[in-house]
Amino acid sequence: MDDFYRDYILDHYRSPRNFGTLEQPDASAEDVNPLCGDQIRVELKLDDGKISDVRFSGKGCAISQASTSMLLESVKGMKLADVAKLPKDAVLENVGIGISPTRMKCAMLGLRVLKSAAIGRLADWPDEE
Amino acid sequence: MTQTLRTDAKVERIIADFPILARPTSRGKRLVYLDSAATSQKPRAVIQALVDYYEQYNANIHRGVYEIAQRATDEYEQARVKLARFIGAKTSEVVWVRNTTEAINLVAYSWGDRHIASGDAILLTELEHHSDLVPWQLLAARTGAELRFIPVDARGIHILDDLDRLLDGCKLVAISHVSNTLGTIAPVETIIPRAHAAGAVVLVDGAQGAPHLPLDVKALDADFYAFSGHKMLGPTGIGCLYGKREILEAMPPFLSGGDMIRKVEYTQTTFADPPRRFEAGTSNIADAIAFGVAIDYLDALGMPWVREHERALTGYALERLATLEARGLAIYGPRDPERSSGVISFNFADIHPHDLASILDTEGICIRAGHHCTMPLMEKSGWAATARASFYIYNTEADVDALYEGLEKAARVFHV
Repeated sequence: MDDFYRDYILDHYRSPRNFGTLEQPDASAEDVNPLCGDQIRVELKLDDGKISDVRFSGKGCAISQASTSMLLESVKGMKLADVAKLPKDAVLENVGIGISPTRMKCAMLGLRVLKSAAIGRLADWPDEE
Repeated sequence: MTQTLRTDAKVERIIADFPILARPTSRGKRLVYLDSAATSQKPRAVIQALVDYYEQYNANIHRGVYEIAQRATDEYEQARVKLARFIGAKTSEVVWVRNTTEAINLVAYSWGDRHIASGDAILLTELEHHSDLVPWQLLAARTGAELRFIPVDARGIHILDDLDRLLDGCKLVAISHVSNTLGTIAPVETIIPRAHAAGAVVLVDGAQGAPHLPLDVKALDADFYAFSGHKMLGPTGIGCLYGKREILEAMPPFLSGGDMIRKVEYTQTTFADPPRRFEAGTSNIADAIAFGVAIDYLDALGMPWVREHERALTGYALERLATLEARGLAIYGPRDPERSSGVISFNFADIHPHDLASILDTEGICIRAGHHCTMPLMEKSGWAATARASFYIYNTEADVDALYEGLEKAARVFHV
């Protein structure tokens, strides 16, 4: 687990990308991780069914914040329908190996909230699909 | 006071009584268990008592006339006698429940619904665990009563300046003996007589009190005292509600059914006397008996020794951890081990407590991270979460040193 906290993860934790809010977002969602209270809100700007801009806000552990920051870097230009189908590997490919089972919900929180924003209701936990 | 815990032969013998402490983690590390405020480890004798019941005399109680049923009944009732003696109560004042939460709910429904009315006040403290808060919120919602709170200062110490005003019109005071989040020992000796003088009944949430402090409920003059077995070397699923005899006698049943009756007719029932009036259905027999064995274990150590051991260890830990303050360690709660009972809450630089707990876990160190079931206190204090280390009889200075080294490792991993 200590191998997980690599420098680029800590960089995303301390300097999250796309952090903040949008004026008049077209879609948004927010949720907490029941395990630890980590909180993430995702806001989307849409253009012709595709994500034209994205921001997230919230607080929590390095795993939830860095996972969300890295995930959102790759979603601009993506169709909502494709976002709704993102697998949990979309997160795991970014953060790599080393997340213990008890912390998996922290890693999946951002993906769940992003998908919730895309489908307009609370999505399932990606690790329970 | 500088008790040399590291070389204490008594603690070495205690550690040898706990099988789990001899098992290395999957990474081959020594288990450093610093989460006894969540649940304590169990000595071999307690585990063996469970096995003995199921292997030798498993039978239902209070009914069978055969030998093993008689033995089960005797051992179960003997455990009640031990518990009563341990807390300074009469045997008839000890009600078996599942845990502290159930004990408090029993009082909230059975006593609360009878005695609390619209306009009455219920006085709690800002430190309460959700288990000593939510049942009273529901009682207040059912009855129209008002909830009030004894405030605490930035170190989690109770502020009693306004106590008389807070007690005015108050029918019930419910306070935790020891804060599970900060370790603060509540000034129950001051609050209880003043609550009584104001006409209020007092419930003490002893989930973190009974395991750690010498206890005499009669000297304390608490009307109710609730605690769980699993935080004091016993199994999960068994706890105790102490209530003054005359108060319990006037209370209606909480749950109803078998074993809590005197006479049942098709349309009406007369109920058994306390404590059995509050023990409907087949009890948690094995766990009650094993809880009695846990009490034997604590009795043999002596609760004054338990308190002194934890006081000394908390003092050592506070001293040791304070050296990390210059590097961003923030220690919450009382800084005086006289006012604290074996719990240290902290945060380290910008490392989230869950990340801290994960890094310590790789070293075999078990701490708790989160809101500790005290969300209003976290909100009031401006902490999103804290890390918490808590001690018990089997912890040593070596465990504190391991925590210190684990924190140094976390600092290296997070470059702080």
